[in-house]
Amino acid sequence: APTGLTPNTLEEITNYNNYYEFGTGKEDPAEYAHNLTTAPWSVEINGMVDKPGTYALEDIVKGKDIEERIYRLRCVEAWSMVIPWNGFQLSALLDQVGVQSGAKYVAFETAYRPDEMIGASRPVLDWPYREGLRLDEAMNPLTLLATGIYGKDLLGQNGAPLRLVVPWKYGFKSIKSIVRITLQEEQPFTSWKDANHREYGFYSNVNPTVDHPRWSQATERVIGAGLFGSRRETDMFNGYGDEVAGMYSDLDLQKNF
Amino acid sequence: MSLPLLPGVIADPVNRTLRKVPAWPLYILGAIPPVVLFWAGVTGRLGVDPVKDMEHQMGEWGLWLLIAGLCVTPMRRYAGISLLKYRRAFGLLAFFYILGHLLIWLVLDVQILSQIWADIVKRPYITVGMGAFVLMIPLAVTSNNASIRRLGKTWRRLHKLVYAIALLGSLHFVLLVKGFQIEPYIYMAVILALLALRLPRTGKRRSLRAA
Repeated sequence: APTGLTPNTLEEITNYNNYYEFGTGKEDPAEYAHNLTTAPWSVEINGMVDKPGTYALEDIVKGKDIEERIYRLRCVEAWSMVIPWNGFQLSALLDQVGVQSGAKYVAFETAYRPDEMIGASRPVLDWPYREGLRLDEAMNPLTLLATGIYGKDLLGQNGAPLRLVVPWKYGFKSIKSIVRITLQEEQPFTSWKDANHREYGFYSNVNPTVDHPRWSQATERVIGAGLFGSRRETDMFNGYGDEVAGMYSDLDLQKNF
Repeated sequence: MSLPLLPGVIADPVNRTLRKVPAWPLYILGAIPPVVLFWAGVTGRLGVDPVKDMEHQMGEWGLWLLIAGLCVTPMRRYAGISLLKYRRAFGLLAFFYILGHLLIWLVLDVQILSQIWADIVKRPYITVGMGAFVLMIPLAVTSNNASIRRLGKTWRRLHKLVYAIALLGSLHFVLLVKGFQIEPYIYMAVILALLALRLPRTGKRRSLRAA
């Protein structure tokens, strides 16, 4: 994993967001996401698990080891920032509910509340926003369920109160404001792949050698570097190759982008 | 054919006022937003991603100015209001804004020469935007009285290129957004409507002649 990363400021992290349920502008989520009611919050966990049910957020967080993880977030739009997350490993929650044998994928769903989400009444994507991981990706120690940034509770624009963080994949895989987690055998529906399968694949691993059809992924703009800040070269798996490359040794990443 | 009420009640006083307003202050006014924008960027008041913000704002201003230029003929034809003397300023300012938009992309955004060329040939939205810019160059170069005199009828034909430029500009916007977003389609619809207003109205003319 990349070390010595300097986190972006909280100001930057909370004012530059892609969260289309609150509008497609980068500042829209900061303006409108406070309308989302995040307490009480519960997550339905179902599918191939031993203990399915609707779990209150408190019961999900209880007993978990909340640690700080400073990860680089690489957006599919070719920019990146560094975020000091607070959270726990997704594997801890999956262990708690008991994944049954035969489950191969984890599907996630974001809250869909047009009354509270000003952008969700527009057909930008096929709402609710959905994402998914292969089970081994979900169980990887890097994969986090985040509850905070800089030691404070997550703000709406960052996916309050509970979101996924998968640092070796493009940012859109790290689904926000999770209300449902489903363990299943088949590959889940994922919103961006559904919107444009030529541009967004299921895996969406950060990969400088596979361009987005409309732009290069070889480099990224560094958010916070200012007007004359330069780009940096994008790292394979966003720099997390040591921890994750082994999961893809049998996969043609040019095809399974 | 103008709208019935406009010529006497609105158009005449508007035209009388406009006769006293020269076009040159537009160039000075037009220089202010980019300077303000650049200064805001330098002093960190353009938000988290100042480069993209400048890039988008300049591009959007360029589209607005192209649309303003395309409004001149319909305004005269349908409302009897003559903005003809400002059209060159709209066009030239549009050119300079798009040039600024392009320079911000080249110098502050992409920065890497090899990637710039790859983007131009490989990325349709950049190819389209670049095409629109290249088409603007001959128009900007000939936006002066001497060229109008020298080129005569050719000048009028040449400057019809602005129709293609505006369409390509809005297409560039349509192609670059993610998911389904309405804003670029609004620009494209406005431009298409302004072009449609220029279609020859053969039906009406024929009926007039018949009467």
